[in-house]
Amino acid sequence: MADTFLLEIVTPYRRLLSKEVDEITAPGWLGEFGVLAGHTQYLTLLKAGELTYKKGSETGSIAVGRGYAEVLPDKTTILVENAETANEIDMETAKTIVAKAEDALKTLSPEDADYAKTVESFELAQARIKVKEKGR
Amino acid sequence: MASLKDIKRRIKSVKNTQQITKAMKMVSAAKLKKAQDEIVAARPYAEKLLGLISSLAAKTSPESHPLLAGTGGAKTGVVLITSDRGLCGSFNTVLLRTIERFLKERNDSDVSLYLIGKRSMEHFKRRQINIASSRAFGSGRPSYSQAAEMARTLTDAFLKGELDEVYIIYSKFQSALTQTPVAQKLLPISTPKAEEGKHEEKQDEIQVEFLFEPSGDEVLSSLLPKYVEVQAFRALLESSASEHGARMTSMDSASKNASQMISGLTLKYNRIRQAAITKELMEIIGGAEALKG
Repeated sequence: MADTFLLEIVTPYRRLLSKEVDEITAPGWLGEFGVLAGHTQYLTLLKAGELTYKKGSETGSIAVGRGYAEVLPDKTTILVENAETANEIDMETAKTIVAKAEDALKTLSPEDADYAKTVESFELAQARIKVKEKGR
Repeated sequence: MASLKDIKRRIKSVKNTQQITKAMKMVSAAKLKKAQDEIVAARPYAEKLLGLISSLAAKTSPESHPLLAGTGGAKTGVVLITSDRGLCGSFNTVLLRTIERFLKERNDSDVSLYLIGKRSMEHFKRRQINIASSRAFGSGRPSYSQAAEMARTLTDAFLKGELDEVYIIYSKFQSALTQTPVAQKLLPISTPKAEEGKHEEKQDEIQVEFLFEPSGDEVLSSLLPKYVEVQAFRALLESSASEHGARMTSMDSASKNASQMISGLTLKYNRIRQAAITKELMEIIGGAEALKG
């Protein structure tokens, strides 16, 4: 069996990445999970967070929003609304979003309609900061 | 008969118009290219999502989710996507005609409209019809969040029982020359593909079962609203491409008409000029002859 598999990241606007990789780590709904080639079929919701992949000695990391991951033995597809590589992230914007979301969360209770949305944008912005810092 | 000066003025004004139509055509052509690229770029996401839903829906019973099961009521919501601006040929007329026909077909049921685009807002302004929401199409490229918001409003209304069916009427982009209006059922979600998926499943039962996290049902219930969002997004993209296509073609023919008009007017202008010259010459010759005599 081949020891690499195809990783595809697609958003409504574009196909961000399509690449043979050795290994990925992604933020699953019930915690982070890693995928190697030959993984069993698996479908999960994704939390906003950082997705990393490894190809030989090369590693990459991408900030992803909420979405889905479909894992097949030879292919993993990540379906998300937002995904950015380190070069595309603007540190300042991400920081303002984090600050804004933190403020908003202080007044919101988990029952509010906006709560989930705010948490998501908070998580996504945090992931962006993390990816950006790594990318340097 | 028009004087030389009048004709000259006409020519000038037609030339000005032609310049505008030419510029609009060029702008639309550039925008069309972009809009087409966006449709292509959005395709992988939509296809993948559809694939996931149909394979999931095949495994779980379709009636299990409220978005899949029809209520059988008659309250219909219709989303109509038109453009904000005119000067795009029959683009809006055709769409408005489609919705009029649609409304006539379901005379008795109460229909509420969700209008997008200033053209449709103007059309329904003075009508006795229930307009649930209306907003402009907006300039620039349609954003996913715009579509998501629209989809959320619709799914909420559907789940609350305010609407029993939701249709979306938009212009499907086929080429720069042809755009066809389509009325597509948005809710309840019908998954004809789920049936196909079932057959495939049976043929190839050795296939390993998917692992789901958190669970199949939960994944499905989060995927279904996404599906509506994607459909709405696609409709917006298609409609935007169609609008630019329609504008490009109509501006192209307007430019052609203008140049035809210009050549006609120039001919007329030259004829009159020639006639005036001939007349003057005749007068001079006549005068000279008279002096000789």
